[in-house]
Amino acid sequence: MNILVFVKRVPDTESRIRIQHQTMSIIEDGLNFVASPYDEFAVEEALRLKEARGGTVRVVCVGREDALPVLRKCLAMGADEAVLVKDDAPETYDGLRTARIIARTVEQKFAGTDLLLFGKQSVGADLSQVPAMTAELLGLPQANVVTKLEIGEGAGTALREVEGGIEKVVFSLPAVVSAQKGLNEPRYETLKGIMAAKKKEIPVVKLEDLGLGPEELAPKVVITGLDVPPERQAGKILRGDPAGTARELVALLHGEAKVI
Amino acid sequence: MIAVFIETRDRKPKKSSLEALSEAKRIARLMGLETAAVLAGAGLESLAPELGPYGLGRIFCLESPALADYSAQGYGRAICDLARETKPAAMFFAATAMGKDLAPRVAAGLGAGLASDCTKLAVKDGTLEFTRPIYAGKAILSFTLSSTPKIATLRPNVFPLAAPAAGAAAEVVKKAVDIPEGFIKGRVGEILKEESAEIDVTEADVVISGGRGMKGPENFVLLRELAALIPRSAVGASRSAVDSGWIGHQHQVGQTGKTVSPNLYLAFGISGAIQHLAGMSSSKYIVAVNKDPDAPIFKAVDYGIVGDLFEVIPHLKDELKKIAAE
Repeated sequence: MNILVFVKRVPDTESRIRIQHQTMSIIEDGLNFVASPYDEFAVEEALRLKEARGGTVRVVCVGREDALPVLRKCLAMGADEAVLVKDDAPETYDGLRTARIIARTVEQKFAGTDLLLFGKQSVGADLSQVPAMTAELLGLPQANVVTKLEIGEGAGTALREVEGGIEKVVFSLPAVVSAQKGLNEPRYETLKGIMAAKKKEIPVVKLEDLGLGPEELAPKVVITGLDVPPERQAGKILRGDPAGTARELVALLHGEAKVI
Repeated sequence: MIAVFIETRDRKPKKSSLEALSEAKRIARLMGLETAAVLAGAGLESLAPELGPYGLGRIFCLESPALADYSAQGYGRAICDLARETKPAAMFFAATAMGKDLAPRVAAGLGAGLASDCTKLAVKDGTLEFTRPIYAGKAILSFTLSSTPKIATLRPNVFPLAAPAAGAAAEVVKKAVDIPEGFIKGRVGEILKEESAEIDVTEADVVISGGRGMKGPENFVLLRELAALIPRSAVGASRSAVDSGWIGHQHQVGQTGKTVSPNLYLAFGISGAIQHLAGMSSSKYIVAVNKDPDAPIFKAVDYGIVGDLFEVIPHLKDELKKIAAE
């Protein structure tokens, strides 16, 4: 079974985001970059499928060279190969552009792939666009926000989270699946894995070699503003005996805020 | 035309779709456009009266036996075909599980830009401007889309619901959708409800969350008891409570969980890690109960109680019961 996993380099979730207003971009200095947490569930699921059914796990990242450590981490977890599709564009917050790059990469370099795994969204751009867009561009079925995945002969089933319930999606392969927290518990890299990953070569695919036209690579998103949210005004802090503070809080929520 | 995809549950339009429809009406008025609703499935006409009072120009019913069960491929194709024929200026979806699954397929099918999970729309110099949180709310991005149509998903619970008004009935336009045999390669086979049909944290008007200070899974019953006293409320949790296995991850609020914007967010025993604050900072009112007066969450609150949640919650229940009795 040939599995492709797509990963993105993002600031870790403890990061405080600061803005460079002139360029309308985030300030990367001082941030700790990691593989997007949902992508780790996707890598783990790929490794488990390979262990159960055999095959190959390849991890692909669209991004700059500074994303190489993210790919090395995936190799250290146990992926067979990693590929960087080198895209030097700054963060565009444009899912279609990324999906077009990925779809073309799959068509040109990875024909015969059975399963394309993604995180349900990157932690950062928070788009939840690229998996479904890639599926559409390649004419494949999709199961997004998946918490359980079973793959059989040429077909699979996935449980996906919806409001107040769970849907069971049935699909034929090849297919696109995006991972939600709960799908599995990602493994830690082993020392042996880290050492082996250091020695592996990571091939680089140049964006211009994919033959995408300038129109296809031009972002549809035209940024007009980027800022941090306004600070909230200091709140009212109640201290004292539990009965009194509880009474005052409910009175405020009912009388002043009118939310209860 | 601004076309709004209407999602249904139990043969009724979902509230979040009606919110998107209300916002579409507001924007359409500013831009001098018509608003239309789009339904997909089978046997849809009975839904038209539910939408009539929203003062729509047209209601498109995309009908095919192949659309009886939801599939992103089938619904996506039907909506793309409609868009190619009617050329809407914009298409809105609610940013629900289905909207997030479907809108990207439609956008990719049409080669159009997609604004995901918007919290604000505006018309500036005749152009639609989208605003959405990124980094789970640590930053706010505004942008326009250079494509036609412009496609957006609108976050539930953010856009006000317009009051339905009496007016001319919308024209119901039935479209038979041609879906070739074998085109749909994946579909929803079954809907497995959770044991308790609880309201989701993203849809609730009030979210009652617990963190490490809850001390164990058994104490979440206290939050469920509070939730039972507050209409349209749901129980949430911090990442540390979820990672400790105290409550299911579908309850997690924060950067690796759900981003919520209820009218009221109540945080019990949550210190306020930055990744948690990001997921709930767009709530209208935030309340925290925590023993530690220096907990970072108190910087984010409208109201806070410095105290032991196990002592405070029984009194909160009593006070809520008093209000309910009024």
